[in-house]
This record gives sequence, C-alpha cells and structure tokens, in this order.
Amino acid sequence: MSHSTTRTTAALGEAAHDPVPAIAGIPAAPIAAERARPAAGPFAPVAWARANLFNGWLSTAVTLALIYFIARWAIGFFDWAVLHAVWSVPQTDAGPDPSACRDAKGVGACWAMIGDKYRFILFGRYAYEEQWRPAIVIALFIGLYAISAMRRFWRKELLLIWIVALTAIGVLMWGGVGGLAFVPQDSWGGLPITLILSTFGLAFAFPLAVVVALGRRSTELPAVRMLCVLYVELIRGVPLITLLFMASVMFPLFMPEGFNPDKLLRAQVAIILFAGAYLAEVVRGGLQALPKGQYEAADALGLSYWKKTGLIILPQALRLVIPPLVNTFIGFFKDTSLVLIIGIFDLLLAGKVAITDPVWQAYSTELYLVLAVVYFAFCYVMSRYSRGLEQEFRRTARR
Amino acid sequence: MSGAVVDPRLSPARAAPKKGLSLSWSDPRFRNIVWQVLILGTITAIVWYLVQNTSRNLAARRIATGFAFLGRTAGIPIGESLIDYDPAINTYGRALLIGLLNTLKVAVVGVVLATIWGTVLGVARLSKNWLISRLAAVYVEVIRDVPLLLQLLFWYLVLQGLPAPRNSFHPLPGVFLSNRGIKFPVVEWEGPFWWALGALALGILGTMAWSRTAARQQEATGVRPKVWPVALGLLVGFPLLVWGALGAPFAVEMPALRGFNFTGGATVSPEYAALTLGLVVYTASYIAEIVRSGILAVPTGQWEAGGAIGLRSSTVLRKIVLPQALRVIIPPMTSQYLNLTKNSSLAVAIGYQDVVSIASTTLNQTGQAIEGIAAIMVVYLAISLSISFLMNWYNARIALVER
Repeated sequence: MSHSTTRTTAALGEAAHDPVPAIAGIPAAPIAAERARPAAGPFAPVAWARANLFNGWLSTAVTLALIYFIARWAIGFFDWAVLHAVWSVPQTDAGPDPSACRDAKGVGACWAMIGDKYRFILFGRYAYEEQWRPAIVIALFIGLYAISAMRRFWRKELLLIWIVALTAIGVLMWGGVGGLAFVPQDSWGGLPITLILSTFGLAFAFPLAVVVALGRRSTELPAVRMLCVLYVELIRGVPLITLLFMASVMFPLFMPEGFNPDKLLRAQVAIILFAGAYLAEVVRGGLQALPKGQYEAADALGLSYWKKTGLIILPQALRLVIPPLVNTFIGFFKDTSLVLIIGIFDLLLAGKVAITDPVWQAYSTELYLVLAVVYFAFCYVMSRYSRGLEQEFRRTARR
Repeated sequence: MSGAVVDPRLSPARAAPKKGLSLSWSDPRFRNIVWQVLILGTITAIVWYLVQNTSRNLAARRIATGFAFLGRTAGIPIGESLIDYDPAINTYGRALLIGLLNTLKVAVVGVVLATIWGTVLGVARLSKNWLISRLAAVYVEVIRDVPLLLQLLFWYLVLQGLPAPRNSFHPLPGVFLSNRGIKFPVVEWEGPFWWALGALALGILGTMAWSRTAARQQEATGVRPKVWPVALGLLVGFPLLVWGALGAPFAVEMPALRGFNFTGGATVSPEYAALTLGLVVYTASYIAEIVRSGILAVPTGQWEAGGAIGLRSSTVLRKIVLPQALRVIIPPMTSQYLNLTKNSSLAVAIGYQDVVSIASTTLNQTGQAIEGIAAIMVVYLAISLSISFLMNWYNARIALVER
C-alpha cells in the first residue's frame, strides 16, 4: 500500500513539474522527528539548543556568526522600516508635501507614499467614486477561494457558487445594470485585474485541461492524441511572454475586420491557453496515478466511455490532483504579473505607474516591498493549504 | 525490448480477432474514425478561417510577408553583444542572432550559478544546525511566493541605485561597482591562450582515458592505480607547460576612471547582472527543494551499507548515494533549467536585449508580427528541445537498469 502511495505522489509531482508534491511525498519525518524531540534532560531548551545550535565548535561558530548577522540586519531593517519611517506627510494645496520623506531618505522608509497612493495601486484608474465596487470584488474573490478550500463545499453546488460569484464580479466591474455606472474595461486596474486574470484563467482553463488530458490519454483516437500532444508541448515550450505578445499583436490580425476585442480579453485568452497546457499535464498525472484496476473495473461493468470517465475516473483523479493544482494556480497567480509587459494595468503595473508621480519617484523600494507582501500573502496561504491537504490525503490513503 | 520475440500467449486478447471494418455506428472503430475526421475537419476549418482573415488583414494594412526583412539593415541600437554589431550596417538577421546569443549568455550562466546556489541551499535545509536549516527554509518560502518579475524589477532598482562611476564601490583592486555596471580586470587574450585551451582539451581526454584504464585494471586485479596525480599533470601541468613554452604572455587590462566613465577592463551591465541575479535567486529556491528531496530519497541504510563494506565516505557519496539521488533529481531539474531559460524572456521588462526584446523591436519596426513571433517561438522551442534532449540522454545514462 505504501508503495503505491509513493508512486502516486511521485507521478503527480513529475506531471506538475513542480517539486513541491514530490518533496512532500518524501518522508521528511525522520529528521523532523529527531529535531522535534529534545533530548531528555534537566532543562529541555538548553539540551535542545546544545543539540541543534551548538553541536560542536564549527556549528557553534556558524550559529554565533549567523545570529550576529541576523540581529544586525533585523535591527537595521527595524530602524529603517519602523523607527525612522515617515508614516504620513502633510497635505498642501499642491498635493502631498514629501519633504519629510526626502529628509529621511536612506535612513527611514517613506510609507506615506503608500498611504497617498494605495487606492491607485489597488484599483488602478477605476473611477474614483466607484472604487467600492472593485473592493467588493476583491472580497468576493477571497471568499470564493476560502469556500473552494473548504472540503464541506466540494460538491456539485460549488460549480454553481463559482458561476454566481464570477457573474457577480463581472456585473460589479462593468456595471451598467441596476443603477451601477458603466466602467469600461480599459480603466480597470490593480489587484482586481491580477485576481481576474488568474481566477478566470483557472476557471476556463480547467475544463479545457480535462479535455486535453483525456485526449492525450486516448488510445483509440490517434489523431486527437496528436493534436493534444502538439498543443501541450508547443505551449509549454515557449515562454508566456510569447503568448502575450501574440495576443497583443497577432490576435488582431487573425480576427475578421471590425471585430477587435480589447487588450484585457486578449491577454485573458492567452493566459487561458497557457494555463490549459500546464493544467492538462497536472490532470494527466492524476489520470496516470489512478490504478489500472479502476479502468478495468469500469469496463467490466460495461460502462460507456463517458460514464466510465465521468463517474469513475475523473472524480478520483481530480481529487488526487488538487494539491498540484493549487501549486500550478500559485504559478499563474505570480505569472499574471507578466501582463505588465504588454501594458495591462495589473497590480504591479499600477504600482509602477503610481511611483511615476514626480513626488514619489524616489521611493520604489517601499512600493516593491509592499507589492511583494501582497503577492506573498496570497501565495503563502495557498501553498500552506496545498501542503496541508496533501498530507491529509496521504493519511487517508494509508488508512 | 522491441526486438524480442513475443510469446503469442502473452499478447493482449483484444488483438486476437481481426474483423473487417463495418460501416455501422455500432462498430467502435468506425465511430472513432468518424469522430476524428469531424474533429480534424473542424480544426482545419477554423485554421483556414483564421488564415483567410490574416491574409485579408495583412493585405488591407499593406504589411509585407516573408522573411526578407532579415536581410535589411536593422538600425536597432544594441547595448551589449558578443559579436560585432553596427546598427547602421548590420541586418535584422544579425540583430536577432545577437539577441539569441544574449539569451544563451543569461541561460548558461544562470543555469550553472542556480545549480550551485540551489545545491548549497538544499544541503543547508538539511543541516543539523537548526538556524541554518530554518534560514534556508525561510529563503525558499519567501522567494517562491513573490513573482519573478517583481524580483527582477527590484534587483534592477538596487543595481541602478549604486553610486555613479566617480563614487563607485571599490571592494577589490580593479573591481568597481557603479550604476554603469560591474567593472573588472581582464587578461588580454593572446594566441598562446588558444594553444593552452587546446592543451586543456587534450588533458581532459587523456584524463578520461586514464581513468577508464584504471577502472579496467581495478576490475582485473582489484587494485586501482592512482588517478589524481595523472589528472593533475594533464589538466593543470600540461596547459601551463604549453603556455610557458610559448612565452607565457600575461597582461592584465585594468579598468580605470577617465572623466565620467571607465575605460579598459570588462563590464557586466546592470541589466545583465540584475537579470542573472534575479533568475539565479529565484530558480535556486526551486532547485534547493529538488536537491533536498533527492538527498532524502536515498535511505540512510545506503550510507551505512557502504560503510559496512569498507568504503570511504567520499566513495560512498560518489558511487552509491549520488547516483541514486541524481535519479530523483534529474527530471525535475530539467524542467527548472527549462523554466530558467524561458523566464529569461522577462529581460524585456528591465531593458536587457535578449531575443524577445530584439524580436519585439523588430516587429514594431517592420510590422511583421507573425514572422517576429514565429522567430521567438522557433528559438525557444529549439532551446527547450535541446535542453530536454540533453537531459534525457543524461537521465537515460544514469537511470536504473532493471532486469
């Protein structure tokens, strides 16, 4: 039993091209367990420190040197980010007066810049009075993730929740119905764009990925298999940038005259195609990890291909691939920042534009730090979740 | 396997009765053929429709097609190139070649450095020292969860924030760090160096031959002749001898501040440095996890068994542990190398002129979007295919041969 579990995780890890599942599949326990259990002694922390920090003169020297550097760095950072930081600047008629920040330059951070610009960074050029709408959209997205993460909601109704939530998001962003003012797509920006590109990307790429993965595994339809292989390998062989360039300069050439979808939609299509190829490999990993007996048993029952796939194979295979799926999603979430290169106002570009304001030009470090924290918060929570889920799956598989 | 004689009793039952194809919907083979024809037909129709649209659009916008533009004068200024280039004379073809070389320059250096740094981190994560392993874990976690593009922009900002050449950092003699990049001294390249390089190549071949002989002798007699003195002589002594015999030329070109900028020495541009630094820092966090899992995948019993049959721990590492760990490490490592190469296309965001950047300038100037993007795709597909080919070959060499 344990053998098949290991194989399963290894196959998944390889398919996802992400080391996380493969690593989590390795029993990291021995070392961790050793470390976690302090040697019995009169005073446990001292014994623990002796075993793990001051074990021999080399270890002691390294520990002391590291403590020294970390402490120096941490104190320096604390000084810069908190003690000497400028938290707000006075507002004048001509706009904010950054002289306090200028005086503190090099000594303390200028968080006043974030305070002044945070709405632009978060919402871009979205109409100022209407910015409560993208704020609700962000909350909706986070709620949607939270609900999807709860196993209680892993039912067919989840699909309905997604459709309702995504529709609500579209209505809120565009407006034009129910008394909401219409906001054209090219003035959207900031965090909602990042969330829209990655979430809609996942929502549309996932069905595509399932179809492609099934196609790639089909032995009966060689032509379809070739098509799927071609699609997956072609997309995975080129950088996302190429696809985005394609969407921004080549896509208009493909379309009939007069039909010119806006840039955001084109980038969204590129991201869906990109995500589809990677997700297809993840799903294929799940299909391969399923024991052959499941396929044979379904055949023995005389189920048709679609019944076999829909009732037996996919429910099990998709459950297996949830952790690598989350990891892939983290990748897309980070990759959406690339749309900056074709000039779409995502979180990163909104931030970059915010500091082109001559008043705040000198404070990019602060901006990048804040953006990094935002991205980190999303990705860290998701990666923690996927790791926890994976461990849980392994426990249930072993039982 | 393919050449082996197959026992007919083992062949799957499905292959046995071979009936003719009946043209009825209840025959699964007929159904499959119909489906495939339908799907292929639909896709061909869509592609045909797009091609029609495209050619109509191209005609309407008077955009030329074909790759004739490769032979025209480019006029793209290029900051750094490995081969001679003059925008007034040279063609788009040469500009794209320079872009390709710049991409390869980042990719090759990045892969080597990321492997080294990632291995250090991976080993550090397994350190018995709690502080070291925690630090490495925090590094991996933080770096992975922040987009690469953001990191690149940050590194570029840091490097541009260095002082101007006049007040540049001067950590070592001849090394200057300024907002114009990193300046360092170079040895002037002369003829004898080529000969010494040739000698080194011969030395490598000789060492390989000698170590094979040694292995054969060990198998025959049980005693392994010493390899390292011969290797040292062939790899270090021989090239030095050749270089010395040709007059041992050695002249160092030191960078020096003249006016507002440096002259002499070699330069690493801030763009290249930021891109390479960012890629290495980012990719190493993935490689660290791969290395860690590879090491953990080899059971401790392997070390103990090696010691029990009297092998030195360096031999156990080289002959027993590493071959097994590499088997786990190589496949995911390949995809990280591919990722690094593909991610080097983010160069365009910080103004390093890689192949994507030059191709996009080209397509803006000529309007030939399809050809420009096709060029980028061909380049990356070729790089991806050759890396995976190389790594698959290596993987096949070290893979477990099961009987």
